[in-house]
Amino acid sequence: MIAVENLTKYYDGFCAVDGIGFTMAGGEILGLLGPNGAGKTTTLRMLTGYLRPTSGTIRVKDLDMEADPVAIKRLMGYLPESAPLYPGMLVYDYLSYVANLRGLRGAAREGRIRELVALCSLWDIMAKPIGDLSKGLKQRVGLAHAMMSDPEILILDEPTSGLDPNQIVEIRDIIRRIGREKTIILSTHILSEAEATCDRIVIINKGRIVADDRTENLKRTAGQEHHIHLRLCHAAPDAVRERLAALEGVLRVEIAAPEGDGSLPLKLVCRGDRDRREDIYREIRATDWILTELYQRSRDLETVFRELTKES
Amino acid sequence: MHQVRHILTKELKDYFLSPIAYIVIAVYLVVTGWLFFSAFFVFGQADLRNFFNLLPFTFAFVIPAVTMRLFAEELNTGSYETLLTLPVTPGAIILGKFLAGVVFTAALLAPTIAYPIVISLMGALDWGPVIGGYVGALLLGAAFTAVGLFASTLTRNQIIAFIVGALVCFFLAVLDKMLFFFPQGLVGVVGYLGAEVHFQNVAKGIIDSRDVIYFLSVAFIGLYGAHLVLESKE
Repeated sequence: MIAVENLTKYYDGFCAVDGIGFTMAGGEILGLLGPNGAGKTTTLRMLTGYLRPTSGTIRVKDLDMEADPVAIKRLMGYLPESAPLYPGMLVYDYLSYVANLRGLRGAAREGRIRELVALCSLWDIMAKPIGDLSKGLKQRVGLAHAMMSDPEILILDEPTSGLDPNQIVEIRDIIRRIGREKTIILSTHILSEAEATCDRIVIINKGRIVADDRTENLKRTAGQEHHIHLRLCHAAPDAVRERLAALEGVLRVEIAAPEGDGSLPLKLVCRGDRDRREDIYREIRATDWILTELYQRSRDLETVFRELTKES
Repeated sequence: MHQVRHILTKELKDYFLSPIAYIVIAVYLVVTGWLFFSAFFVFGQADLRNFFNLLPFTFAFVIPAVTMRLFAEELNTGSYETLLTLPVTPGAIILGKFLAGVVFTAALLAPTIAYPIVISLMGALDWGPVIGGYVGALLLGAAFTAVGLFASTLTRNQIIAFIVGALVCFFLAVLDKMLFFFPQGLVGVVGYLGAEVHFQNVAKGIIDSRDVIYFLSVAFIGLYGAHLVLESKE
């Protein structure tokens, strides 16, 4: 359905998106995840033909973005971040303007508007100017705008940002309802949202893809490791490393610099198949090290996200 | 092409559903009416020459005020992004907005047709130059609309768009009167670039292809420049 290759965008020498590539099958919901400024919006703007990539190709079905931008735009519905719509227009006028530009005529246009009004519950606000609407209502009008031509591909840039919890649930419901038959790409920096709505998650950081997998796979790999944090006194780093790394199930030993009081903080990365704390404790008891701290953190999606996108 | 029509209709609605259009038209009529009629009875001649003499200068300020919002507003609110990601080409957007500006200029001029009608009741009015004047005014209006539209693509700030547009239009309007600043060799070329001479030719009732081509070229250059600016934003 969508094939993106080596997509790169420079703004006056600043590299916003750096060689992104992925392919998408039809009917998938893909979550584009990343911290603010990672290049999510730029990527989406290139996918929708608003920005021209510095290099790289975008193909949708058999169409090339460079050659047929208008044909691709016909297949897509796009809701930019914070739904910039004409504030002075009435909701009905706006929707029929979009329908006109999308080439819907007469009865087909009115019929489609009625369907969207039902889908996004817009009855009460049809005669209000868009500028008077609350953020959540405006976002719903924006969704109706994006779905006007019943497009096969829907691209939503931070569809829930700035909404209150109730509105977030409403928008997610609408997305899930339409996601059954459509291909959707949505960007977000909220993990739980991607987890709740997306089949597949692509994490980008500083313009590069750092992870790209199905949501359940990402969650599983996240759960495959346990992190056990220790603090030892009277211990030499080399001896600690040698002894603990030899334990069964310990994948990595990460030792930080000793602190002022002579204690040594360290982290063991262990396989997540069973609890290793007992083994570790027994091993340490056999030595003359003093154990002052021991706790376990299981890795969830949030830790994966933080590890992949933290500044370093 | 029906997309151009939809964009044109939408822009016209924006103009005429808000009070701004009526304020601009009213102010324009008061100012030009006063400038024209205060001298009219002094000369006591049944023609509109005075009205058309002033037109390039009044247009140089009014038209950029009309066109300043066309793109600057969309770039500022971000609605340009929603518009451009609909299946429309930038060319259709530019053309639709340009035509809306031209229609607005026509609406601005329409009430002034009362002047020749009133004057023809008072004395023998030669309708040739009057018709020429209106044709010239529309051509001049189209050229200035394109310039103002170009200025509007340059910035998100409508006031800057107005000032840039008005400066360029005013420069074109006064160029003929500034010829003595230019070296002898350039006078011919620079003289051709001035809008006023071409406008006055048409306003005499002589519709020469050179003058028509001048206005159409200015309009084309303005629209093409707008296209280039919008493309460079991609």
